Amino acid sequence: MSKKLSKEEKKNRKKVKPGRLAKREAMVGIAFISPWIIGALMFLVYPLAMSFWYSLNNIRITPLGQFFNYVGIGNFTQILMVDTEFPLELADYVISTIVSVPVIVVFALMIAIMLNQDIKGRGVFRLIFFLPVIIVSGPILGMLNAEGAGSVTAIDIQAITNAVEETLPKSIAEPISDLFENMITILWYSGVQILIFLSSLQKIDRSMYEAAKIDGGSGWECFWKITLPTIKPMILLNCVYTIVYISNNDQNAIIELIKNSMFSGTKEKGYGYASAIAWLYSFVVLLIVGLFALAFIAKKDVYAKQVKKAKKAHKKELREIKRVGRRSARHAKKREREQAKQH
Amino acid sequence: MQKREKENKQSNTNGQAAAVKRPKFNKDKFRKFMLGTKERQGFLKVFCIYALLICIGFIYLNPILHMISRSFMSLNDLLDSSVNWIPSAIDLSNYAQAAKSMDFWRSLGMSIIIAGVPTICNLISCAVIGYGLARFEFPGRNVVIGIILFTFILPTQITMISTYLLYTNMGIIGTLWAFVLPSLLGMGINAPIFILIFWQFFRQVPKVLIEAAQIDGAGYLKSFFKISLPSAAPAIITVSLFSFVWYWNESYLTELYVSGVKVKTGWTSLVIQLDNFATNYNSYAQTATGGATRLNESINMAGTMLSVLPLMLMYFILQRYFVESIDRTGITGE
Repeated sequence: MSKKLSKEEKKNRKKVKPGRLAKREAMVGIAFISPWIIGALMFLVYPLAMSFWYSLNNIRITPLGQFFNYVGIGNFTQILMVDTEFPLELADYVISTIVSVPVIVVFALMIAIMLNQDIKGRGVFRLIFFLPVIIVSGPILGMLNAEGAGSVTAIDIQAITNAVEETLPKSIAEPISDLFENMITILWYSGVQILIFLSSLQKIDRSMYEAAKIDGGSGWECFWKITLPTIKPMILLNCVYTIVYISNNDQNAIIELIKNSMFSGTKEKGYGYASAIAWLYSFVVLLIVGLFALAFIAKKDVYAKQVKKAKKAHKKELREIKRVGRRSARHAKKREREQAKQH
Repeated sequence: MQKREKENKQSNTNGQAAAVKRPKFNKDKFRKFMLGTKERQGFLKVFCIYALLICIGFIYLNPILHMISRSFMSLNDLLDSSVNWIPSAIDLSNYAQAAKSMDFWRSLGMSIIIAGVPTICNLISCAVIGYGLARFEFPGRNVVIGIILFTFILPTQITMISTYLLYTNMGIIGTLWAFVLPSLLGMGINAPIFILIFWQFFRQVPKVLIEAAQIDGAGYLKSFFKISLPSAAPAIITVSLFSFVWYWNESYLTELYVSGVKVKTGWTSLVIQLDNFATNYNSYAQTATGGATRLNESINMAGTMLSVLPLMLMYFILQRYFVESIDRTGITGE
């Protein structure tokens, strides 16, 4: 054992070739994750490659076997140029996602902040707000919506949507009135997010708020200057989670479209066509995730920025001083020379 | 400064007035009570928070309450506009009919199998993979973690079609193997999340502990089973609960891979039965009662209730583990 330890120490002291122990550890580690490697090859890399190949083909399944017919980008042009179904659904999906993700996240944050106050019965409220996560699934949501349980009977939603539609232009009003109509669905999607926010809020150091209060900061200022910057990574996490959840949800019309075109018997549709839709759809989803990530990606914090700025200014000043010094030295020499000439 | 002085003066005069007259209604005290001081929260704020929380909680529960109340209503209650929330008499025949048309007990058993078996496989594979990522250093580890994160974001639809064809060629479509195989290889539903949970957990196990075990002669497997796994009990509970719930609620992939879209295999689950509730009910009604009873809202709601009930029971019994799970997973960063 002592031999091994000394070897490890040596490895730590200077980077040489990995020792025998490190090599063996690496081998065991790879052995441990080997199921994942096989799984990734089988259910990630191979399907990805195949579905890309499928999207370039027209596939027909007959009792005699599968027939591939290479059509190049034919499927994509068919989807985007000829059939109107997918572009329309996609536009709907993009607009509703971009509208509802901020709403869900902000709502979850509000609830979490309220639950984080010193109130009684926090456990009960947590229980209620997390319940939808357990029972929500496509068919159940569909059934509830179909029977009119998805909207709040106590609030006159029709009046709100009418008011919105009258005052705003149609393109803006439509997503907003959709938002009100699907209020419960949106609220129901925020269960996990509330808990994530709540547990991150509880981890913020109390003494920070106390210090801020002593310095005369109000609750409002504390929220913007302490709470929000601290939970910023959680906001990004929740945004991503929400987007992924909405995109993979059974209620999503595009997913239904993919399945329908997979099993439709028409000549131009089929597995190839469905694969092409799936590729386009995935691209759009990743794009939206990227968009939100870009908006929230952790920038360097303000203090570090200011320090850097100050350092830069200081360096510039130093350079300036040096330059002035050099210039004055030069001038002095010049004058000396001139004086020497005159003499 | 001037302002503060003024305020001081005011409070002084107020205090004097209170001391002299002792009125019943103290304005200053009342204001403090309503708006709160630095030490105590104001009544107004607390009241607002409670009111908001209760309102939102009601909106949250509204569909479920609606479902429960409707499921007990008889046809007369449904048509009677004066009956809004509370049914005039509790009618259990809706449940009986819905249960019969859904073939409740058989579907329940199959749901448990469809959700339970992949959950166990998920648990085994994700624990092993998470341990491998957390405990060992090997080249390309960060790449693996990156790919796992990426698979979480990537929509499943992109690999769905070729996976479907792969299963068809392997001959496991329409059997439980279509769920078991990927979950054994760490590619089940939401497996990236579970792997990350285990990874987070095993990273917190002190390395000294494992090294001590190694000095005492424990091998890699023994130190995994005897030391790391027992200390990861919260992660095991979280993963198994969520995996079970997500497999239970998954209707899309279950229908595609296991129970069949066009041609039905023997497999079914409660959620899928609910998805095809109308057709199921009609075929049941025609054989059983000769098409006498029609599908109505109460029966629909009773069917929905039946398919939700097992999970709801589980949630209320094990609610502590569910609600605390997010804290435990360390997703919020320790």
